[in-house]
Amino acid sequence: MTVPFLKIEQLAQRFPSPDRGGEPLTVFENVSFGIEKGEFVCIIGHSGCGKSTIMNVLAGLAEPTEGVVVMDGQEVKGPSLERGVVFQNYSLLPWLSALRNVTFAVQARHPDWPKDKVKAHSYRFLELVGLTGGAERRKPSQLSGGMRQRVSIARAFAIEPKLLLLDEPFGALDALTRGSIQDELLRIWRGSGLTVFMITHDVDEALYLADRVLLMTNGPYARVAESVEVGIPRPRSRDQIVEHPNYYKARNHLVHFLARRSKELAGREHATASGQPETVRFADPGDDSPGGEGADPSQPALRAVNQ
Amino acid sequence: MQTFNGLSLGIRSVIVSIAILLVTLGVWELSISSGGASAELTEYELLTGGGAPKAGVPPPSEVFVKAWEQLSDPFYDAGPNDKGIGIQIGHSLYRVLAGYFLAAAIAIPLGFLIGMSPLMYRALDPFIQIMKPISPLAWMPLALFVIQDSQASAIFVIFICSIWPMLINTAFGVAGVRQDWVNVARTHELGTFKTAFTVILPAAAPTILTGMRISIGIAWLVIVAAEMLVGGTGIGYYVWNEWNNLDLTSVIFSIIMIGLVGMVLDAVFGLVQRQVQYSE
Repeated sequence: MTVPFLKIEQLAQRFPSPDRGGEPLTVFENVSFGIEKGEFVCIIGHSGCGKSTIMNVLAGLAEPTEGVVVMDGQEVKGPSLERGVVFQNYSLLPWLSALRNVTFAVQARHPDWPKDKVKAHSYRFLELVGLTGGAERRKPSQLSGGMRQRVSIARAFAIEPKLLLLDEPFGALDALTRGSIQDELLRIWRGSGLTVFMITHDVDEALYLADRVLLMTNGPYARVAESVEVGIPRPRSRDQIVEHPNYYKARNHLVHFLARRSKELAGREHATASGQPETVRFADPGDDSPGGEGADPSQPALRAVNQ
Repeated sequence: MQTFNGLSLGIRSVIVSIAILLVTLGVWELSISSGGASAELTEYELLTGGGAPKAGVPPPSEVFVKAWEQLSDPFYDAGPNDKGIGIQIGHSLYRVLAGYFLAAAIAIPLGFLIGMSPLMYRALDPFIQIMKPISPLAWMPLALFVIQDSQASAIFVIFICSIWPMLINTAFGVAGVRQDWVNVARTHELGTFKTAFTVILPAAAPTILTGMRISIGIAWLVIVAAEMLVGGTGIGYYVWNEWNNLDLTSVIFSIIMIGLVGMVLDAVFGLVQRQVQYSE
């Protein structure tokens, strides 16, 4: 087995017990998974399972209680420009214009670049997200939520990181805006070779964007229980993916997991020794096994465990 | 009435302001001139000197004449007790700005340190809480004794009164910078100084400027009292000197000048504040 591009090993986050001498509160433990270069991976789980903490650990903003993260052969210690982060609340600097928010990042990435090169580079990425023609000179407060998130995405892409971390980037947007920014994200990502790790709450969003969806059980003692391979070829279009035979199988599996099994599998007793998630893969598109509303997606027939 | 309501709010408020001013000045003028002229003097009053010219509150017309006279030659200097209003205000402004910027030079970096370090925040808090409520004039005797120079003592009093709002607001603003913005700086691998200048300073600037604006207001309030004590020059000394001369016209004129200068100082800081203001 080759070493994946991003390797998360035996990650755990514990907080000291509020009452002295008590058992520490474990948010998650035994979290291990790998992400290949160029892969788009989403992680889904209920609130409180520690998704955001995992994201912060990957970004280098937080330190886990146990475990290590290795990216490209190097241990992740502290934040780095190798990893771009898009936060849920955009985190744009409100006193800078959209353009200056991007040049801020580009300047940090390339301190030796002359001013006009920084500007041209920033413009290019603002163009990619469709933010030109005057909008780039506006302050974040003068932009809509969708536009702000576009700036935030442009900022993350402009530093050309090796890993892009997205923390529920579309959570605060309305459905239509969300859809169009998802399309833009896919368009920019395609061909960039960028590895993406994204937190989401939205099953359809995960299926539309991701190659693989990681499912987390509920906390405390949360862990990544399953790794669902979406298996829908790219480029995907919104109207066509719903017709793909894997779509509803995967969708049902995800919904079923979130509604029931995330609870059933919670707790330490279900954890495997390795901590590696179980891989869930669906039958080939050619093979038309029924995957309708009534089918139980957790049927063993649909699984292929490749451990 | 119909046409009045049709005007913009700005113009209407100006009209009302002017009306209030004219009515106030009119009532003031009439109450004084009628009070003096109509009173018949009894024989007793004449005997006790009641007919002698008596110092009274002057009517606005006299104040206007005085203002015109003073403002047409604001920088004359006819000896230690007779200087133009411009020179007096100049001295006061010099003291205020010297003490104020000295305070800013210390309060803003120190406030940054306190705001960025929870340890220093807690360690220095009791000192700040004790020093803050002390009336700046209470420092005057100590300042005069230690510094032994009335000019420097006045500057010190301004320094000590303007340092607290700037220190507290800077610390508060810096400590309150959103963690998200700090995280942006961290994910972009900015060093401590770069983070301080490109993220924390602009983020805290509106709060810092609010502190600076409060401070300049307090400094201008305190300088009048301080100059009444130290004497020599300045607008505060001028007010007290004219009171000793029983020249109430000049007293009223200088009161108005104190208000105008204070307003200008506040407006300048308000302008700067608007420059650094941002909305989220």
